[in-house]
Amino acid sequence: MRDLEELKQEVEAWLTDNWDADDRLVDWRTRLVDSGWAMPTWPERWYGKGLSGAEANVVAEAFSAAGAVGVASGGPGRLAAVTILEHGTDAQKEKYLRRILTGEDLWCQLFSEPGSGSDLAGATTRADRADDGWRINGQKVWNTSAHHARYGLLVARTDWDVPKHQGLSYFVLDMDQPGVVVKQLKQMNGHASFNEVFFTDAYVPDGERLGNDGDGWKVAMTTLAHERRMGDVLRSGETAPRTGSIYEEVRQENAVLMAPYTWYPQRAGRVDLILPRAVETGAISDPVIRQEIARVLIMARTAEWTAKRARAAQSQGKPQGPEGSLGKLAASNVARAASHVHTLITGADVLLTGPESPEHGIIAEIFVSVPAVSIAGGTDEIQRNIIAERVLGMDKEPRFDQGPFRNVRRN
Amino acid sequence: MQFTFTAEQDQFRDMVRRFAADRSPVAEVRRLMETESGFDPSVWQALARELGLTALQIPESYGGAGFGPVEVGIVMEEFGRALVCAPYFSSAVLTTRLILEAGNDVDRSDLLPALADGSSRGAFALVEADGDWDPAAVRTLATEDGDGWQLSGSKRFVIDGQTADFLIVAAKAHNQVGLFRVEADAPGVTVTPTAVMDPTRKLADVRLEKARAVRLSEPGDATAAIGRAMDHAVVALANEMVGGAQALLDSAVAYAKMRVQFGRTIGSFQAIKHKCADMLLDVESARSAACCAASALAEHDPEAPALACLAKAAAAETYLSTAAQTIQIHGGIGFTWENDTHLWFKRAKSSEVMLGDPAWHRERMLRRWGY
Repeated sequence: MRDLEELKQEVEAWLTDNWDADDRLVDWRTRLVDSGWAMPTWPERWYGKGLSGAEANVVAEAFSAAGAVGVASGGPGRLAAVTILEHGTDAQKEKYLRRILTGEDLWCQLFSEPGSGSDLAGATTRADRADDGWRINGQKVWNTSAHHARYGLLVARTDWDVPKHQGLSYFVLDMDQPGVVVKQLKQMNGHASFNEVFFTDAYVPDGERLGNDGDGWKVAMTTLAHERRMGDVLRSGETAPRTGSIYEEVRQENAVLMAPYTWYPQRAGRVDLILPRAVETGAISDPVIRQEIARVLIMARTAEWTAKRARAAQSQGKPQGPEGSLGKLAASNVARAASHVHTLITGADVLLTGPESPEHGIIAEIFVSVPAVSIAGGTDEIQRNIIAERVLGMDKEPRFDQGPFRNVRRN
Repeated sequence: MQFTFTAEQDQFRDMVRRFAADRSPVAEVRRLMETESGFDPSVWQALARELGLTALQIPESYGGAGFGPVEVGIVMEEFGRALVCAPYFSSAVLTTRLILEAGNDVDRSDLLPALADGSSRGAFALVEADGDWDPAAVRTLATEDGDGWQLSGSKRFVIDGQTADFLIVAAKAHNQVGLFRVEADAPGVTVTPTAVMDPTRKLADVRLEKARAVRLSEPGDATAAIGRAMDHAVVALANEMVGGAQALLDSAVAYAKMRVQFGRTIGSFQAIKHKCADMLLDVESARSAACCAASALAEHDPEAPALACLAKAAAAETYLSTAAQTIQIHGGIGFTWENDTHLWFKRAKSSEVMLGDPAWHRERMLRRWGY
């Protein structure tokens, strides 16, 4: 490992020479991407410097100290970048990586389908060989940002005569073509954070396939593994109140990228509002509600500690215990219980909605947003299967989806 | 707050776990629960003299080992897992802590060395007819009698009261709660074993009729000192409950992996595996609560009293629900006397009620947070 102090000086010197808060965002990012400081752990050939995680932290600290803006970090783009970096050809990396990092191209993920939610490998959107490429037909759903995405990460079935995981391929789809129709999908909470995407003879050249024909599931696993680790992407960008025109551009970019996520805090139940609201409304003096409040606070606190135990064990290099796989299920329980308590505290006013309703509509939004938490990113039921099978070592359910996919029962 | 154990604490846990497995197999638990004393003196000797567990939280200046709530929690968790039948909690945790919190230097010098080496055992007599764990509910009267005191009243649910050498009694003197020490065999002291639902933890009724006593706490109100000692006891008990819940979960999962119905293990049915996943989440959450509360006590975190309540409430609900689910997963055999699950099921209920039930602790937690 190189000397960290030396590294710090090197980054700082580069920033002194190059960082200008009044630059155009795209100019700055172009310079940043070419320098390799943007993605320090990536290989030198592809916009990186091949540094270790500890070294990358030094770089990140220097950037943060200088207030320097990083590359575009919006969710699907980042997923596209890591997937292409791992599975793409040189030509694909050449074509896509730079413009993802500079934020010039937005991306979306085209995985889930109306007929395959938890069972992602059961996708039935088809890719059929045609003219040095593929014709795509079918439908995807729950596609964040698809309405302004330039490209999509598409998983489609290319072979119906092999078992389901082996018949998928992974493509980069140009969203800007007549065979692709994007429709916003309105959720039960009134927001439209996702889309449906319809394909009618959409075309993908064979050169836009990521990985081999039939390796789609393997490539998708790379994307999904990063997606699970991507909680941090939601706190994207530079938000400190600093002066410089570049920050205004970043704020505008964030406003667009973060728009689908404004209700996400409500989806988690807003435990932080429980006690203040209980005091404000006087519900804190109701012994029944006090019990319910205490229950939620206990659940939330223990979930937080369990996560900290997992991190502490990991940082000590202890073997991973069960605590690491429980977070999602715990969060889902907390959110439901918190939503219930908020409605108890709010009483009859829970009948209202909109800016005039309690907490400027946040309480109403909690109630209608929490049902998402136990579904999105792996349902509670799938989490329980994972915990029981992988952590507790219990037997799997018998399967009915083996053999050629053509013969498997589906929606 | 400490979110992981040190290597020394892990080794200590291994040692206690091996001891519990060797000296307290479930056959021994079953044998001892049928006896009146409820414990094996040779095991007590071993845990006190060979392992030094009775000395754990006593400062070195009084012949102790000078450890704290985290290590006590480790012992309690392992003892809870194996359902070790011994007056450890009553004497080495609760009574010892009362003397540490309420006693003056003379009391500590008099009492702690013998508690540390296990040659003497104490029990705490707090609760009375109304079953209230709040010291404010105490009605037993202490009256001055020359150079000492006389106690009169009735106490219930005195853990291991029938085998204690002395009792620490909460009584009212001049309308304030104080702590007093009586010898178990002193005239006017009647200790009667009670028929208990959970036979692995013995309880006694204590009747005091002008029993001669020595004042333990300083003159004035001892409520705060009792509260501090109870916080330690409650956290220790929470750790014990986590150990018991873990033992239940382990047994439920092992059975679900082995038991075959309809041509497949019952653990392959989602109805069972989802139950087990939820149990694991409950147990790990309770473990977080119990460990973190112990760590908060050890670090004199100002939030520790509230977290003690949190831990007790969390662990109690988890233990009882895990016990009920474990019986359910075992099916018919889980309801038999021969199957071991009921031993933990009963302990789960007795621990839930002991030192205040979950609703009581939830209420206390909010008050201690200032709400």
